[in-house]
Amino acid sequence: MTDTARYERSDFQTDQEVRWCPGCGDYTILASVQTYLASLDIDREKHVFVSGIGCSSRFPYYMNTYGMHTVHGRAPAIATGVATANPDLTVWVITGDGDGLSIGGNHLIHALRRNVNLNIILFNNQIYGLTKGQYSPTSEVGKTTKTSPMGTIDRPFNPVSLALGAEASFVARSLDMDRDHTIAMLKAMHENEGAGLLEIYQNCNVFNDKAFADLTDKGTRDQNRIWMEPGKPITFGKDNEYGVQLDSAGARVVEVADVGLHNIHVHNPAATNPAAAFALSRISHGPYGPTPLGIFRDVEAQSYGRALEQQIAAAQQTRGPGDLEKLVRSRGTWMVPSA
Amino acid sequence: MPDEAVIDQHTTPERIDDVVIRFAGDSGDGMQLAGTQFTASSALFGNDLATLPNFPAEIRAPQGTIGGVSSFQVHIADWDILTPGDSPDCLVAMNPAALKANVHDLVKGGLLIVNTDAFEERNFAKAGYDTNPLEDGSLDAYQVIGAPMEELTKEAVKDSGVKGRATLRSKNFFALGLMSWIYTRPLDPVYEWVTKKFGEGSAVANANISALKAGYNYGITVEALHHTYEIAPAALPPGEYTNVVGNVATAWGLIAASEKAKLPLFLGSYPITPASTILEELARHRNFGVKTFQAEDEIAGIGSALGAAFAGRLAVTSTSGPGLALKSETLSLALAMELPLIVIDIQRGGPSTGLPTKVEQSDLLFAMYGRHGESPLPIVSTSAPSDAFDAAFEAARIAVKYMTPVILLTDGYIATSSEPWNLPDIDALPDISRPFASIENGDSFLPYLRDEETLSRPWAIPGQPGLEHRLGGLEKDSLTGNVSYDPDNHETMTKVRQRKIAGIANDIPDVEVHGGGTGLLVLGWGSTYGAIRTAVNRVRAAGREVAHAHLRHLNPFPKNLGDVLSRYETVLVPEINTGQLTRLIHAEFLIPTVGYNRVQGLPMKARDVEGKIHELLDEGAST
Ligand code: SF4
Repeated sequence: MTDTARYERSDFQTDQEVRWCPGCGDYTILASVQTYLASLDIDREKHVFVSGIGCSSRFPYYMNTYGMHTVHGRAPAIATGVATANPDLTVWVITGDGDGLSIGGNHLIHALRRNVNLNIILFNNQIYGLTKGQYSPTSEVGKTTKTSPMGTIDRPFNPVSLALGAEASFVARSLDMDRDHTIAMLKAMHENEGAGLLEIYQNCNVFNDKAFADLTDKGTRDQNRIWMEPGKPITFGKDNEYGVQLDSAGARVVEVADVGLHNIHVHNPAATNPAAAFALSRISHGPYGPTPLGIFRDVEAQSYGRALEQQIAAAQQTRGPGDLEKLVRSRGTWMVPSA
Repeated sequence: MPDEAVIDQHTTPERIDDVVIRFAGDSGDGMQLAGTQFTASSALFGNDLATLPNFPAEIRAPQGTIGGVSSFQVHIADWDILTPGDSPDCLVAMNPAALKANVHDLVKGGLLIVNTDAFEERNFAKAGYDTNPLEDGSLDAYQVIGAPMEELTKEAVKDSGVKGRATLRSKNFFALGLMSWIYTRPLDPVYEWVTKKFGEGSAVANANISALKAGYNYGITVEALHHTYEIAPAALPPGEYTNVVGNVATAWGLIAASEKAKLPLFLGSYPITPASTILEELARHRNFGVKTFQAEDEIAGIGSALGAAFAGRLAVTSTSGPGLALKSETLSLALAMELPLIVIDIQRGGPSTGLPTKVEQSDLLFAMYGRHGESPLPIVSTSAPSDAFDAAFEAARIAVKYMTPVILLTDGYIATSSEPWNLPDIDALPDISRPFASIENGDSFLPYLRDEETLSRPWAIPGQPGLEHRLGGLEKDSLTGNVSYDPDNHETMTKVRQRKIAGIANDIPDVEVHGGGTGLLVLGWGSTYGAIRTAVNRVRAAGREVAHAHLRHLNPFPKNLGDVLSRYETVLVPEINTGQLTRLIHAEFLIPTVGYNRVQGLPMKARDVEGKIHELLDEGAST
């Protein structure tokens, strides 16, 4: 936060009544985002929020910025148009596990692979909320819902692994209730020029309450939250008694006392090769047991929007600005004289 | 310039008004190239022309088979022609399959040029011939000229530097050379093109030029050819002309619209036949500030374009039928958001993958109704390659002025065909720009406060301070744009969306009628223009009254259309579908019409329309 903040959180609130269920994790995320934007020295009119369909996708209506509430799953594609048309904008995509990983999975991976200048916030509540409680592509195997009365047999996506597989420039994970951490992740994602994905575990207290209990309950959270910090060995637990070791077999949780601190993996999200980040993402396949939180990957790479502008500048330099008169004559012409 | 190509003509060419020539061969034989170059020479010579490429959907269908035949038809004339011709007067067949697939179209007595080297046992079987058609008398109705094109090409290119099987690749240039001699075409434009394309002095350039000259010289030396033809330059309206392919003209029309709307152009598109060449053409013109985005799918194509429209660009997506189906949901969102967006549908044979490289007009009702909810939007159509520039410009004008998605219908025939285009006066193109929204300080921005005349809403784009607003798919309050579930508001919004589109009728020209009388009117739209106009002119030249009206705007219709239709006893509607405009006319005006419907994946033929007109006039005369 700067001392001379231009904005207050209220500058980013709209007059629209927020209509999520009382107690929904979405409220906290909305507050985190508004607080973060208010801390910036970026003109409010340069922010664009684009969402798809779902509970979380109502988000743009509550942000006093430019916004589009669009078609189910298509927000990354539509936002790609906004961000590519005008790379000077700060474009945020709000999506959920159903919207972004099921119906819109294709757009999500392609926006990430192209490194479009987007900040994608994926609200993962592991359930379909707006359609009232069907299982989602991140629901755990065996989950009983209205559409899986005998338990799901679908294997879930791990959104972080998926984003890393698509080689997104920035991938991180946070928890809805931890506002400071969420804000830190938003900041890091925003400062990365290219495509970023921030998965936020978001509690749907109506249809999937306490899905993240391992990470939130007082009794279990300390031994399950693996806070990753750049440049530091990855240790966790009340007394940092646990750590993460990485070798060719992947990443696994060990007791620091057993292997020695020097054998604990030192986190480097700036590594060009996403292999280590991917291994870390495999420590848990969902918010069960020890689960890494924080930045998995944060590398510098030119964004799609900037690369396209560069091509335009290069074309104008070598060929001169477009000349329509010349263009229509570019394939040869002939004159028909007046008789 | 290779000077030995300046060759004395042994014969005085016969002057003819027009000729229709079809080059046909295996997909790999380079017939499209030979046809295109023959066309280019004719264009620069000043003939009027129209072309019709025809190729299989497969890139390399099995060699030597009927399925693998690719052809290119060109109609050249010394008068103002409108179609690529119904039947070729001259057919070039590079192999038996090409012969078999095309010879039934050749006019009786027509000139048939064959590559005799390909007429061998193995190829007869592949083409389905039991006997050698060159010897069994089945071609007696034609003037057959055989040339061992492969042997002669090999011989001609032996010093070029091209070796082995690659030498045969130049045989299309041999054919082109021979045809250039027969029809007295200049070779210089071909030399220039070959040099530019393959590099001066390169082996491929040498081979192609040698083969070209060999073909030309073969015409001179072979006794069978004692007759050549010439077609004088056409007496087209004065002006500067270029030979333009439909999709290229569409792309250029968009660039022009972008300049005149003062909005950078953004195209989001996914490759699909026959629309891809619009994406390819626009991708070449980054120096115009054009941004092309090759999306991951059709949905992202329109999605990215919608995002760009929100960001204040002239946004376009291009596709063909199956892609339009995928875009439907986002199109409804664009309509609800009331953002300008041009959706180009290059219609092809359907349903499903159908006939991807062939023409059909079967997406009209889909363009009209293919969306969920009450979703009216304007439809503009293109009638010919030389009309594509104007049609694209008009679609953009309507989109920007009325803040609406517009569907531009063209088709697979217009997309790939070419004809002379009288270049427009670029400076005289209208300014189609509109200011972005603005508000007085302190006022709040009302994104759905409409212009009283056009019912168009204001356009505010990200980056404009004080105009921050949210647009969405949920029903919007008729002023603030905020989410509204109010029953009356929904009805108001539904009706105003309809009135806005219907009102465009006040802003488009009346439909014009060509010809007179009150008996028979032929009503068309899209690429049937050339066939209908030619047919109507022929019937009129034969002394019978018939009129032609052709629609650019299919939704809304021109205001005078109902009056025009009701003036005639009979309205004939030829379409390359089973009667889609017919249905719209019935629904709108309750006026009976007679359909003439062909769905063979081929352009409408003037001769067929002419026959239908005569038939109707005969019936009328006898009642
Ligand atoms: S259904 Fe669940 S996710 Fe949706 S608003 Fe209610 S609590 Fe939140």
